Order: sequence, then C-alpha cells, then structure tokens
Amino acid sequence: MDLLSLSSTMLYTAFILYLIATFFFGATIRQNKSDRKKKTKSGTIGITITIIGFIAQLVYLITRWIASGHAPVSNMFEFMTFLGMCMVLAFIIIYFYYKLSFLGLFALPITMVLIAYASMFPTDISPLVPSLQSHWLYIHVTTVALGQGILFISFVAGIMYLTRQIDQTVRNKRNTWLEIVLYTIILCVGFIIITTIFNLMNYNATFEYQEGNRTVITEYHLPAIAAPNEGTLLTEDAMQPWFETPKWMHGADAGRKFNTVIWSFISGTILYGLIRLFTRKRIGAKLQPLLKSVKPDLLDEIMYRSVAIGFPIFTLGGLIFAAIWAQIAWGRFWGWDPKEVWALVTWFFYAAFLHLRLSRGWHGERSAWLAVIGFGIIMFNLIVVNLVLAGLHSYA
Amino acid sequence: MKKIKCECGHINPEGTVLCEACGKPIEGNQHIDGNQDNKLINMRYDGTARRSQTYNKSIIDKIWSFFSSVKVGVWLIVIALVASMLGTVFPQEMYIPADAVSRDPAIFYEDIYGILGLIYYQLGFHNLYSSWWYMVLIALIGISLVICSLDRFVPLYKALKKQKAKRHETFLNRQRLFSETETVSKEDIETVKANLKKARYNVRDEDGHILAEKGRFSRWGPYVNHIGLIIILIAAILRSTSLMYTDEYIWVREGEQIVIPGTNGEYYIENKEFIMETHDEDDERFAQAIQQEGIVPSNFQTDVVVYQATNSSIPGAAPELEPILTDSIQMNKPAKFDKYTLYQSGYQVNEFTSMTFKIHETDDPDASALGTFTIDLTNPEAAYELDNGFSVSIEQYYPDYYMNDGAPTSETNYPRNPAFVMMVYPPNNESPEVSFIGIGRNIDATGENNYKLGILDFELHDVSGLTLRVDYTLPFFMLGAAIFMIGVTQGMYWQHRRIWINPKGNGVLLAAHTNKNWFGINKDIEKVLKNTSIAMVVDQQELDE
Ligand code: HEM
Repeated sequence: MDLLSLSSTMLYTAFILYLIATFFFGATIRQNKSDRKKKTKSGTIGITITIIGFIAQLVYLITRWIASGHAPVSNMFEFMTFLGMCMVLAFIIIYFYYKLSFLGLFALPITMVLIAYASMFPTDISPLVPSLQSHWLYIHVTTVALGQGILFISFVAGIMYLTRQIDQTVRNKRNTWLEIVLYTIILCVGFIIITTIFNLMNYNATFEYQEGNRTVITEYHLPAIAAPNEGTLLTEDAMQPWFETPKWMHGADAGRKFNTVIWSFISGTILYGLIRLFTRKRIGAKLQPLLKSVKPDLLDEIMYRSVAIGFPIFTLGGLIFAAIWAQIAWGRFWGWDPKEVWALVTWFFYAAFLHLRLSRGWHGERSAWLAVIGFGIIMFNLIVVNLVLAGLHSYA
Repeated sequence: MKKIKCECGHINPEGTVLCEACGKPIEGNQHIDGNQDNKLINMRYDGTARRSQTYNKSIIDKIWSFFSSVKVGVWLIVIALVASMLGTVFPQEMYIPADAVSRDPAIFYEDIYGILGLIYYQLGFHNLYSSWWYMVLIALIGISLVICSLDRFVPLYKALKKQKAKRHETFLNRQRLFSETETVSKEDIETVKANLKKARYNVRDEDGHILAEKGRFSRWGPYVNHIGLIIILIAAILRSTSLMYTDEYIWVREGEQIVIPGTNGEYYIENKEFIMETHDEDDERFAQAIQQEGIVPSNFQTDVVVYQATNSSIPGAAPELEPILTDSIQMNKPAKFDKYTLYQSGYQVNEFTSMTFKIHETDDPDASALGTFTIDLTNPEAAYELDNGFSVSIEQYYPDYYMNDGAPTSETNYPRNPAFVMMVYPPNNESPEVSFIGIGRNIDATGENNYKLGILDFELHDVSGLTLRVDYTLPFFMLGAAIFMIGVTQGMYWQHRRIWINPKGNGVLLAAHTNKNWFGINKDIEKVLKNTSIAMVVDQQELDE
C-alpha cells in the first residue's frame, strides 16, 4: 500500500473510532449520579478509543506529510482536518482535567462533522506556492489550530450549558435561538450527505459564463438549481437550472458556491424536518434530559477556562506568528487583509468575553451565548472568509 | 483625605469596600461593589478603594471614572470589532484587483457592487483602517487601558501587601468556598499546614490564624499584558512617522542597474536575472492537483547585486560603485544590507528590450530587406538613419498598446506590447509614408504605400518588482507582543489562590478564594483536608441558585 492511501485509510479509521467513542460516552448517561463522580467504565473506554483515534489521525498527518513533502495544512481539506484533530486533542486534555464524559458526547460528533465537511473539498495533495514555502507555515497554522481547538471546547460547553438550562416547556426566544444553532450544525450534515450522494453518482454539469471579458468554464457536481450569472449549460443530459445566480454575487465561482448553499439548505432542512417528525420535539428539548445530572457550574467553569487557556495560544498563533510570517514573506506584518481582520475580530471578541467575565451577571447563560458566538466567528473566518471574501489567504 | 478606621485597628483610605487588613466589609461603601444585595462579597479588587469609584466631582474625576470602567472598555472593544468587520464587506482600496475594469475607487465600488458599493465608498469604508475615526477608536481603547490599569494597580498592590491572616468572620463566611467546623484538634491543624506547604502554598501563621497563598503574581498578569498592548499602540504611532519607517517599491529590469530610491543615493541595485519556476507537472505527488487547478508556480527569484556608492556625497561626481552584496531574493527569503530589507514582491515577464525592423518594397514577394534598424525600447530615438538612404521617424510610440474606443492608447508606460506610428522617408526625397506597426499588426494608413515595414527580430527581458523596507518600529512591536504574551500567560495559566483558616472557639472557619479555576482550588482543599476532621468547603454560589 502506498503512503497516500495509507494516510487516507488512517483518517477514515480515526473517524470511525471517534464515532465508536461517542457511543461509549453516550452510555455514561445511564449511570446514576453517585457513580458519575468517579471514573466510569464506559467513560474510560470512550477516552481510550478517542486517544487511539487521535493517534490514527496523527499517523494520517505524518504519512501525508512524508508523501507530500510539506506539512499537510495548506489547503481547505488539510487545514480543516487538522483543526478537527486539534479539537480532539483539546477535548482529551480537558477530559483528563475535569473527567466529564458528557463533553465527549457533544465534542466528538461536532468534530466529526467538521472532518467530514473537510473531505468535501478537493483532497489531492497540492504543491505549495512560493509564499507558503516557509517553516512559519507550520508554526503559524498549528498554533492557530490548537488555540481554536481549545476555544472549540468552550463552544461545546456553551452548547451543553444552554441545552441543560434553557426552559423548553414552551417555545420562547432563547430556545428558538438554540434550535437555530443546532439547525446550523444539521445544515453542515445536509451538505455532507448531498455532496457525498452526488459524488458517488459522479454527477457533473459544465457551464460556460463571462467574467469580465474572459470566458470561464465551471463544473457543478450538484445539479444546478442556480446557474452562474449569464451562464450556458454545456452538458447535454444534465438538469436544466431553475434560475440564475443574481449579478451582485461576486467572486470566483459565485454561482457554483451559491448552488451548493441552496442544496445544503434543502437537504439540511429535510434532515431537520425528519428529526422533528420522529422526535416530535425541538432537538434542544430532546437533548435536555441527557444533561440533567451535569452541574451547570462545572460547564460554566469549563467554558470560561477553555477560553482562558485558548486565548493566549490563539493570540500567539493567529496574531503574533502570523505577523512575523507576513513580515518575512511580504515585508509587512499587518495588511488589513480580510483574513487578518477576522483574526483580529476573533481576538477582540474573546478579549471582550474575558472582560465581561469580570463583572457580575455575565456568568452562566450569557457567557454560554458568547462562547457559541465566538466559535461562530472562528467558523466564519474559516469558511466564509476563505470562500467568499477571498484575499491573499484564500485557499479555494 | 478621609480615612476609615476599621475595628481591627487598620486605617483604610476613603472608598475602601473591604478592610485592607482583615476584610471586614466597611459600612456605607458596600454599594460600590454591589455587595449589599448578595450573600457573597465581590472579591474582584479585594475591595480596595479605587480612584474612579471614590471621587466624582470635577470633570477630570468624571473622565477618569469613565475610562476606567470595564464596561466602557468592553464597549470600545465591541465597537472596534464591529467596525473592523465592516471593513471586510467589500475589498479595501488597496485590494482592488489589478484586473478590475477601473481601479479608481470612485468608479470601482459602484460599478461592481452597485448602490451598496457607492454608499460604502462615500462613507469612506474603502479606507476604513486608516480613517480618523478608526484611529480615534483605537486611541480611546489605549487611553482606557492606561487609566483603568492605573486606577486598580496601586490599590490592589497595597491591599495584597497589607493583608493579614486574621480575617473578620463576615469576610470569611461570605466567601464562595466556606466551611465551619466545631471542634478541631491541634494535630489536624498541623497536618493541614504541612499539606498546604506540600501543595506549594505559602503558609503564614499569625497566632493560629492561617493564610495559605499561592500564585499571587498571576494577579499582575492583566497589568503586564496591558503594558504590552500600550507598547504596541505606541509602536503603531511611531510607525506612522516617516522617520521610523521607509517603504519603496522598485521595478528593475534584467540587466539594469539603478539607484535604490529611499537610500539617499547611497545604494544601487543590479538585476542579474529574474527566475520564475513552476512545479513539475510530472511530479507524481502533485500531478492530480495540477491537472485540476493548472500550473502552480514554485519560485519567484531575483538574482541581484547591491552596490554602495563610495563618493555619493560629492555633488556632480559620478559615483564609484562597490558591490557589497550578491544575493538571490525569493519569497520568504528577503535580502538584507545595512538597515534595509528587500523583498521579492512582483514581476513582469517578457517586456520588450529592443525591436529590429526592416523596410521592403510592398510588392516584393520575398520581402527582401532594403535596410534595417533597431529600436532600443528602453531609450527610443526620434529618428533612425538607414545605410541606404532611408530614414524613419517615430511619430507615436505606444509602449503598452491597446485600442480604447477606436483610439490607440497605451495602458502603461512599460514596453509590454509596443506599437508605433512611423514615417518612412525613402531616399531621393520621395514623399514620406505613414505606417502603423506593432506585434501582429501592420497597417498601411493610406493603402498606397510603396514601402512596408516588417519586424525582423526582438529581444525580451523580465522585470522584478522589489519592495524596500526599513522599519525601526519592529523591535517595539516585538517587545510589546512579548510582554503581552508574558502577561496573559501569567494571568491565565496561573491562578491566585488563598485559603484562610481562622480559629473560632474550639473549631475553625475555613474559607477560600481564587480569581479563576474554582475546580482547581476545590481539588487542592480536598487534598489538603484529607484525613483530618475539618469539614470540606461548600460552594455557596451553587447554593445561591
Ligand atoms: C483589546 C484590548 C484588550 C485586551 C486584549 C485585554 C486583555 C485582558 C486580559 C487577557 C485580561 C485578563 C482577564 C482575566 O484574567 O480573566 C484583562 C483584564 C482586565 N482588563 Fe483588559 N484588555 C484589553 C483592553 C482593556 C481595556 C480597554 C480596559 C479598560 C477598561 C481593560 C481593563 C481590564 C481590567 C480592569 C482587567 C482586570 C484586571 C484584574 O483582574 O485585576 N482592558 N485584559
């Protein structure tokens, strides 16, 4: 077996192991309250499997590194899988400190969504352009991802806190918002499912359209609901598009991306609808009883501590190392590129979070909302800024 | 100043909330930290008197209180955050793509983004980060940082220095972690003390009143990190002065030697060669990706020689150039000399160095040359005399030709696509003829020309774009960043933990406080109290709920 296929097998293995570990963490719910303080058996099995999964992913990383000759953190697929790995690492560390098995029940599935999402991007090994050929690539990217991985734990604790605490007896603003957050995660799952289905079918529709005075060819791998603006379909037996992407949507391949977003909404919404149909409850309400025995104070503490630990690391990687590298590569350590600005926004946000914690009234639920929003900003920087507000750092 | 004497004998400054020595809440000041409605007391600044909370009369007091409030600080941060986001909605002026139809911001934004783009431009958001109000915002954050640090640092420092192990009972039983034990043996107290020392607590015993403390230095973390931030802000101000910062962009042709702008004529640069390499399409590792996404460059490099002019101070004298550096500048590998750094920043391949033309008779099927001439495009002449009596004058020269609404124009001043309008003067004083010639174009204006021009040959060169930088502010930024990192690490990865054990009757009162990580201090206490009769603390905040 060659190195590259070994590498992808290992990533796949890690994914499966995280899935299995999730079930073991789930099984810890059954135990009654007095047991839970001590180490529980299924919790121990869960964390062991998680660690083995993490090692498998580490093997994926190393083999891919050897195969490509550079650290596999240079495109969307590689960076997101790496971020997923850092999230698992952060979870493992926090687990050993707080011994809270439930955390795994929420952290691992979300990590898996991220890794699966990453796999929807091109997974070929791509060569490095000159600006990326620097040791600072790995120093910067690994530190950022580690910081974000730890901040992710605060998001997970925040979600758990909200699920645990928010009143679900009648519909209200708070549980609606929580539901929207959960729905967003399901949209990502919807995207993964629909993309996988059409990939397996090898679906392809080619369009031709004008961009300025160039003629551009683009390939859709999902049936075109929205065609590129003023695009013509070249493929014979493909589905005719329903409408055109509006003109004001700009940027490379706006039409195809818009089409993907539409599909994600359709499939995610169907998925969400099915879940609601079967459970007959808001997802938040369905999850709530699972968390009845977790102390909200402990969740609050984990939420805050992971920001306290993650913030310095994020600052180091996302601002300081980033600036050093930019200075070496471009001769300016700060250039107000969208990606840089969003790193600054993230940093401002968590600084505000930490300061708010100094005052009364911002612990607990409000903190939890902030933890959720904070991670939302990180994801925005990763996905929207990379794909839409593309600047120097654009990956795709 | 009005002082407040506590029943323990300590004299506190006006505005104190909790006695600096024993911690007893001082009547009449509890509203300052919002203690009056709560069972637990606010320990944030150890109940010290802060200027901002104490005086509130003069305008200076008011400004001081305003900026020292964390609430105001957070608002400023949030406003800066939102403003920063807005700047990324559309590209900033400097990021308008080079291939945009018009790079004039007055046209670009409206043209591409419609009405929203126009508003964006008119509000000045296309240069948001250098706008006066963004700068003011950042400056306000800086002021707020300084004032709020000053406001709290000194009192907190004093309070932590003066604190006594003996604490007032209300101080203890209003801590978050608290327990009371009716009877405790001497041995148990000794065990606990030994355990505390083993857990690396600093243990003070004042007549049986015990204060165990750990990680106090972490309390200074925020102040240290704020100092780092202030240094960074000062560095940013310095950078905006041209004394500390030089930035020049130079285009140099292959083979060309020019003075480097921004060096006062002291340094010259010669571009030996520009090299652009691409990743091998046949490389097995990358074949798939290259096939998908096209050729990927692997290296941009300029081989340069830098010269120092040794007599540049003598006006009028031709400089004597001494080579001081031979280097290959690549991305991520700038060249350094003296205080300057040169970065590989851009390139232009295949500019025309020279073009050679011939003249032949229009109806000669072999187009055999009657005469030839060469135009040096770096230095074109007005007219050329040919050997056999012909002469050619250049009427119009378009270095970078394109048709703009039916009129020939030059897009740039660089010879990327040269075209000429030439007058051909045949020998024997025949009347001159007009020809238009460029790459792939050869137009006879009247259609009656007897002679025709043709391109025989040309030479090409590449041009390197290099950025020259001097930045004396970098060390300040580095210093600020380093101090910031030390400060956050100190504040976040260590915690200030205090455990008080005070006797009461035959037993003890035990209380504990930490600025963060309650889980950790709980574990500490659990370990310390093991095998003693002292009761484990109860988390009173949890009971609050
Ligand atoms: C973007 C700028 C800022 C950053 C990155 C920053 C960072 C920090 C950090 C990391 C802490 C420690 C928090 C903790 O221990 O939980 C802190 C504490 C603090 N910050 Fe800032 N800060 C900033 C701006 C400000 C401003 C503008 C103010 C002014 C009101 C301020 C006031 C404070 C105060 C009062 C503390 C608490 C000090 C203590 O606990 O003794 N900060 N800051």
